[in-house]
Amino acid sequence: MTIAAVQSNPTPAILPGSGGLRGALSDLFWRRPKFLLTLMLLPPLLWLGIVYIGSLFALLAQSFFSIDEFSGLINREFTLKTYSDLLQAANLDIILRTVTMAALVTLASAVIAFPIAYYAARYARGRWKALFYLGVMLPLWSSYLVKIYAWKLILAKEGILTWLLAKLNLLWLLDAWLSLPIVGGNSLSVSFTGTFIVFVYVWLPFMILPVQAALERVPGNLVEASSDLGASPGQTFRNVLFPLALPGIVAGSIFTFSLTLGDYIIPQIIGTSRLFIGQAVYSQQGTAGNIPLAAAFTVVPIVIMGFYLWGAKRMGAFDAL
Amino acid sequence: MRSDRGQRAPLGLKIAAACGLLFLHLPILLIFIYAFTTEEKSFVWPPPGLTTQWFAVTWNRPDVWDALSLSVRVAAISTAIALVLGTLCAAAVSQTRFFGRETISLLVILPIALPGIITGIALRSAFALADIPFSFWTIVLGHATFCVVVVYNNAVARFRRTSGSMIEASMDLGADSFQTFRHVVLPNIATALLAGGMLAFALSFDEVIVTTFTAGQQQTVPIWMLEELIRPRQRPVTNVVAMVVVLVTLLPILLAYYLTRDGDQIAGSGK
Repeated sequence: MTIAAVQSNPTPAILPGSGGLRGALSDLFWRRPKFLLTLMLLPPLLWLGIVYIGSLFALLAQSFFSIDEFSGLINREFTLKTYSDLLQAANLDIILRTVTMAALVTLASAVIAFPIAYYAARYARGRWKALFYLGVMLPLWSSYLVKIYAWKLILAKEGILTWLLAKLNLLWLLDAWLSLPIVGGNSLSVSFTGTFIVFVYVWLPFMILPVQAALERVPGNLVEASSDLGASPGQTFRNVLFPLALPGIVAGSIFTFSLTLGDYIIPQIIGTSRLFIGQAVYSQQGTAGNIPLAAAFTVVPIVIMGFYLWGAKRMGAFDAL
Repeated sequence: MRSDRGQRAPLGLKIAAACGLLFLHLPILLIFIYAFTTEEKSFVWPPPGLTTQWFAVTWNRPDVWDALSLSVRVAAISTAIALVLGTLCAAAVSQTRFFGRETISLLVILPIALPGIITGIALRSAFALADIPFSFWTIVLGHATFCVVVVYNNAVARFRRTSGSMIEASMDLGADSFQTFRHVVLPNIATALLAGGMLAFALSFDEVIVTTFTAGQQQTVPIWMLEELIRPRQRPVTNVVAMVVVLVTLLPILLAYYLTRDGDQIAGSGK
């Protein structure tokens, strides 16, 4: 009886193909996973390969062209002349200034980021943790120009910072600082100090997140063991916390360093008339029309970041991302 | 057993962390106050008076509306392109192992890892070499390229948590590839894609560096703002636009956070 019941209602072990083009395609995908893989990878690779890598190579190729000084036309023959132009004292000055700024900004971001990241990683729980997270995430994603604009409001001569210092009777301090040779200027919004503050402000969240990620992985009892064994808080920081957080700091510094190297809007809006690499690239390709020199200038941050990334990788920074 | 629960933070650390967060947030809050100031010519603090008239003035400015409409259209189309490309790439990279897999991850991340000015000038010189005139589509081309990475990051994180055996089970139960994608894969990755899409939208809506090189004469909202920052024409209108921009980018970020907060990787941590 059971046999008859089963036979009268047979369930085939293999379903019939659904047929048609759709079925054929579906079968093809299953039998040849490589074909499906190729099909999936082709559109993004074509897009990034042609649009991005293609333009990048076109740019690099142009750095080996030169500009005719009399006609202003671009001479499409291989030459290293543009690179020797790049090594003029004025241009080296720009490079040195930008790299110094990037290094200082990175250092300051790390110092300000550490307490926030450490508190969020070790002490904040539940609701506070979410609050800290959003507290870093919202400024990170807020409009870049609005952030710069906000600082233009703050640093303006008639702005809130001067007002605050006047209330605290500390205006003499501001004046003393502004009368210093390199970092000073007529007002904060046209000085390197202003540029520096805005750079730190805008890139700070990029430093906090990786440092926090690295600190999350440090078990709290390591810190306690260190103090149980008689280390002062300073010693614990130097010998336990800092080495463990270092990959996170290096990972964050990739962002702060690279972003400062390439930025041309912040120093243009808040800063002196002395150029940074980004501004040099912008003016060379725009008003000067010297695309080869602009292209050669872009090679500088690419090379610096290449070395930086290589070093960061050796320090294990990518595991902290 | 971990002994680090329920401890109190040292006071110095608390103060340093609080000051850091205030440093991050006060400048943005300041924008909100300045949107109501009666002062037209300077950035004087404290504001001499408060008014809402600049909202009406801004509302009636056609150039602001044009910029907004262009920004929204560019962001919408770039996000759509980035969603398709980013998902395909994430699916390929996370579901299979093949030669050059690492290279592909690098390729996707590169447009955002290199300074924006390099992407911008590279695209511009490529357009010049190929004789492509600036248009709506040249902006989209640039934006979509660096938006891929946000979608990719979110989708990869989700694919990693989605077990491959679910797909096999679906196939064993007789679903074809398309049905499996529609009924198993898509519901699994939907919220990650939504989050990635919103972040991509916010990224494109806010982008200025690449856009200055690929836009020609057209103005997106950030280009409009940049123009106002360099050559201020009507400061109160700029204040209002700045405030609106903050609010517009705030919403997608909060939504993306709530969509992915239970995951192992939260959206937006890698802008």
